[in-house]
Amino acid sequence: MAVCIAVIAKENYPLYIRSVPTQNELKFHYTVHTSLDVVEEKISAVGKSLGDQRELYLGLLYPTEDYKVYGYVTNSKVKFVIVVDSSNTSLRDNEIRSMFRKLHNSFTDVMCNPFHNPGDTIQSKAFDGIVSGMMVQTG
Amino acid sequence: ESLDGCTLLLQVTEVCGAKRLGYFGTPQFFVALKLLAAAQSGLPVHLESVTANLPLPRFVGLKTEPEMRYSAVPPAADAQCAPGSVSRTPADRSFRHLEANVDKKESWSPPPSPCSSPPRSPLTYRGYSYSKQRNGADAQTAHESKASSRPSVQLERLSSPGGPSVEPPALTRAPSSERLEQDHCDDDPWRITEEQLEYYTNQFRGLQPNLGSLILGTIAKNFFTKSKLPIPELSHIWELSDVDRDGALTFSEFCTAFHLIVARKNGYPLPESLPLTLQTGFTQQDVPDTPGSAEPLIVFEEAELSQKDRSVPESLATTQDLKEEQPGVCVKRATQEKRTLQLGAFPERPEPPHDLDPHMRTKTRPRSYSSTSIEDAMKKAEEPPTPPPRPQRNHSRASSLDLNKLFQQGAPGIKSGWLPLPPALPPRPPASQVPHFINVPEKTVQQPNFADFSHFREEEESSVKPEERGPRSRFGPNTEDLTNASKQDAIGVSHSQAPQKPVRRKYHPDSQNLEAVPPPAVSFATTTKPAPKPSSKQKREIQVAIRKNKETNAVLTRLNSELQQQLKVVHQDRVTLESQLELLRPAAST
Repeated sequence: MAVCIAVIAKENYPLYIRSVPTQNELKFHYTVHTSLDVVEEKISAVGKSLGDQRELYLGLLYPTEDYKVYGYVTNSKVKFVIVVDSSNTSLRDNEIRSMFRKLHNSFTDVMCNPFHNPGDTIQSKAFDGIVSGMMVQTG
Repeated sequence: ESLDGCTLLLQVTEVCGAKRLGYFGTPQFFVALKLLAAAQSGLPVHLESVTANLPLPRFVGLKTEPEMRYSAVPPAADAQCAPGSVSRTPADRSFRHLEANVDKKESWSPPPSPCSSPPRSPLTYRGYSYSKQRNGADAQTAHESKASSRPSVQLERLSSPGGPSVEPPALTRAPSSERLEQDHCDDDPWRITEEQLEYYTNQFRGLQPNLGSLILGTIAKNFFTKSKLPIPELSHIWELSDVDRDGALTFSEFCTAFHLIVARKNGYPLPESLPLTLQTGFTQQDVPDTPGSAEPLIVFEEAELSQKDRSVPESLATTQDLKEEQPGVCVKRATQEKRTLQLGAFPERPEPPHDLDPHMRTKTRPRSYSSTSIEDAMKKAEEPPTPPPRPQRNHSRASSLDLNKLFQQGAPGIKSGWLPLPPALPPRPPASQVPHFINVPEKTVQQPNFADFSHFREEEESSVKPEERGPRSRFGPNTEDLTNASKQDAIGVSHSQAPQKPVRRKYHPDSQNLEAVPPPAVSFATTTKPAPKPSSKQKREIQVAIRKNKETNAVLTRLNSELQQQLKVVHQDRVTLESQLELLRPAAST
């Protein structure tokens, strides 16, 4: 269960950020922003074949005492960042991967919509639904 | 009761069968009321009149309430109505005689099982009249009567929503939407009726002559934008209707979208998920469309992507994508080919046009959640481009295996750190060539004898080679030329160890070739007869290879300089850190 999910465009501005509202959203925004540095570093260090999905998933970007940040980058340099609470029973890598995959699929659905201009913030109920399904279910 | 004449009453009771039974059971009561209504309208008191579309019988005592109700409803002028249930629609119909306002639907919660309770309020009694109508006649006749009475009412109702929209398409939509509206509220607002279907078909044909093919997303966007609905709503409608998520609309998807738009224009709120009737209509329409077009599509798809094993549903989904016969779809195909060519150069995703991405994604998505989906999509993209580059690509991929073998062999200097360097270059095509180039010497290193001997054997014996050797032979002369240029010195052997480490850092093409040379150095000595009989084909190949290598050389030298700079920086950092450490150590010791 994620605490914060963000989609960041190629130019590093956010297309979509959603966090569990009870917590301090600003903190998560900041975290996501700083995680972008790590993402860039990982991207540039990635192996020969950039099309390999193994490298689309960047894995744990960095852990802090409160939470862990995972990253995923698409082939068009759109980045997904998931912040997970550390106190949660640590999610297995596969689960994180599947979350990213779901995100990626619904993101492509949004992109397919001809009424959505790439570069706009994402305003899709289907996408929101998917993200809500992944967020921590707090009251 | 306002009836004067007990005779009438007697007639009613007789007709409805109460007399026979001796009491007014509920069905009898319904019929009686209906007959009363008929009588009040002046129709003869007969069983047939029960079927007629009649106003509700007017009861003096209860008159005030219905009037109040009617007057209360008009102020709620907003034509929002939830998708009506069947029991509500007769209510609408009767209401429309008085007030053309759909809102009344909501004021009447569906009369629940009116058959069960005796009339206690106008609400329920009206409910009885509905059920009476249903009981009294079969639905068909009621339906027809409904239909007949509807158009007159529809016109006045729809003039208002038709007014604001001035666009020609919307105008053409308005008169037809009368009929549509009628069918909206008929059984289920989300069911597409024949007239609607016909209208949608004509519109579809206007956009796309062939009913079996797809409307592109951009075309659909322009078309639906004319409906003047706000973009987020159109976006939502698209999400609902594009069921196969391919960024284009099939005929049934188009009908669904159109229907939703019409519904929205007429005031229905957009559903969160696709209503069932639209879905079923979807599948029904789908069936006639796909089978006819399935056959050639599959052939086309196989021809294009023969090497990929794909699941059947995926092929069916993408066959629609690949179908080409119509101008619109020709565009799509062209874009697809363009995309594949573009991607064939190297899978560069950053800026492909919009329909390229969804195209690519359609291929990845049906392949649900396979971890190699993107990878396969990439491979797929690389397949279609012209064959000459293909062996190179395969070569590169195959070379990854070579690298693995190299690792196993513990080839010195070939470490993973070495690999990332080439692709770090921004321009992709050179980067793609770089690995090829790098892999060339590796390949020759890995199977040097094989490569060179095969090449030379080819020279000597001019024997027909198997295909795999084709690329190698291409690279064989390549390395050979370079080695000849660099005067294969026996130093090559001793360099095998030394250059490999610096080669790892400094990408000197020469040293690489030297690296390639050393193992076969011996063979080189013996077989130095440089490809004397350059057949024209080999010449061409050689030239191509030379060009490519020159490009990669340039790239590599650039990379080299960059890396040198980085190395310097890192060195400096290291030096500073070491000096700090030195400073701290005496401090710690004391």
